[in-house]
Amino acid sequence: MARITAGIGSSHVPLLGVAVDQGKSRDDYFGPIFAGYDWTKQWVAEAKPDVVILVYNDHASAFDANIIPTFAIGCGERYKPADEGWGPRKVPDVEGHADLAWHIAQSLILDDFDMTIINEMDVDHGLTVPLSMMFGQPVAWPCKVVPLAVNVVTYPVPSGNRCWALGEAIARAVASFPEDLNVQIWGTGGMSHQLQGPRAGLLNREWDNRFLDLLEADDDAVRHIPHIEYLRETGSEGIEMVMWLIMRGALGKAVKRLHRHYHIPCSNTAIGHIVLEPAP
Amino acid sequence: MSDPAPRQPIHDYLAELEDIPGTRIFTAARARKGYWINQFAMSLMKADNRARFKADERAYLDEWTISEPAKQAVLARDYNALLDLGGNVYFLSKLFSTDGLPFAEAVSTMTDMSWPEYRQMMLDGGRSPQGNRSIKGGY
Repeated sequence: MARITAGIGSSHVPLLGVAVDQGKSRDDYFGPIFAGYDWTKQWVAEAKPDVVILVYNDHASAFDANIIPTFAIGCGERYKPADEGWGPRKVPDVEGHADLAWHIAQSLILDDFDMTIINEMDVDHGLTVPLSMMFGQPVAWPCKVVPLAVNVVTYPVPSGNRCWALGEAIARAVASFPEDLNVQIWGTGGMSHQLQGPRAGLLNREWDNRFLDLLEADDDAVRHIPHIEYLRETGSEGIEMVMWLIMRGALGKAVKRLHRHYHIPCSNTAIGHIVLEPAP
Repeated sequence: MSDPAPRQPIHDYLAELEDIPGTRIFTAARARKGYWINQFAMSLMKADNRARFKADERAYLDEWTISEPAKQAVLARDYNALLDLGGNVYFLSKLFSTDGLPFAEAVSTMTDMSWPEYRQMMLDGGRSPQGNRSIKGGY
């Protein structure tokens, strides 16, 4: 049977993709960020996931202002890197796992999650930057990916509680897939950042680290943080952290933390990531 | 599913979103108001549209059903005005890239700082949330 073996929460700042693509990842500015990911790169190379369920948000790339799916799951065979206005990133195409994705989609709908199903889309930095951070610059990505896009732009976005519950339902869906697959789930975005208005540039080291503490905890208190707290404390785009709760919810009540890293700044953003395993 | 507290009433939820200093949360009301601004910006994802826009910005804008103040704000690259008119930064960023402007530099134009000042603030740990959390509460 398929099983979820680990979860990662990670920022997906587009500038990190630029740093990788332009060979700047060890310079003075980016060096401390990429050094924090060295442990994780080595760990994931040994963990060898067959599939990553990658929770991210589309940044006006695949979806325009017309159709706004709250939760959308990619059920296609293949996804191309999106042109975000600078030309597409020169990274490999992303190979889907259509069998698993369709299975998860069906299971979630039967579990009362009204998913939007996507057959064709391009994937932007929200999805490809985490792949670059974990896998570097391979000729082909070493695993298949099930994209799960969340609306965290147009309000109301889904609650933390709903995201956690979706994660729980994803874990049930994966556990009922008959093929023997090593599946990881990654929640991406954040941490504190605000990209708009006179308050732009807000960062909150203390709150971000409290959030990481809550993710490591053996309870689900973190699911009840209201939107307004993310917005006041971590900036308008800090709300992306609700996507980490889909990952955390999928790992069950208790987890073991394998690695954690935090750095300020990367462009407008606080960079953080955490690697968790379900506790036995 | 666990949901210990009853859901917050919708009007209280929406009122709180307006209580953050220097911030325009992209509510349904703004999404509706700024729909064509955002769709215009989205159209700049295509190279031939970018070329047509650059060749004659005003003529390109006149193809869209957006208000005169919004057109003026686009021409002036007044991003705070565009946020007030329902623009969203992820859509407006198509205009940043059309101008060849790095994201963070474009963001800095919405603050009261120059780009070098803004960049230095980020290197120094970013803007503090202290005093920036609530208009009404002042904390």
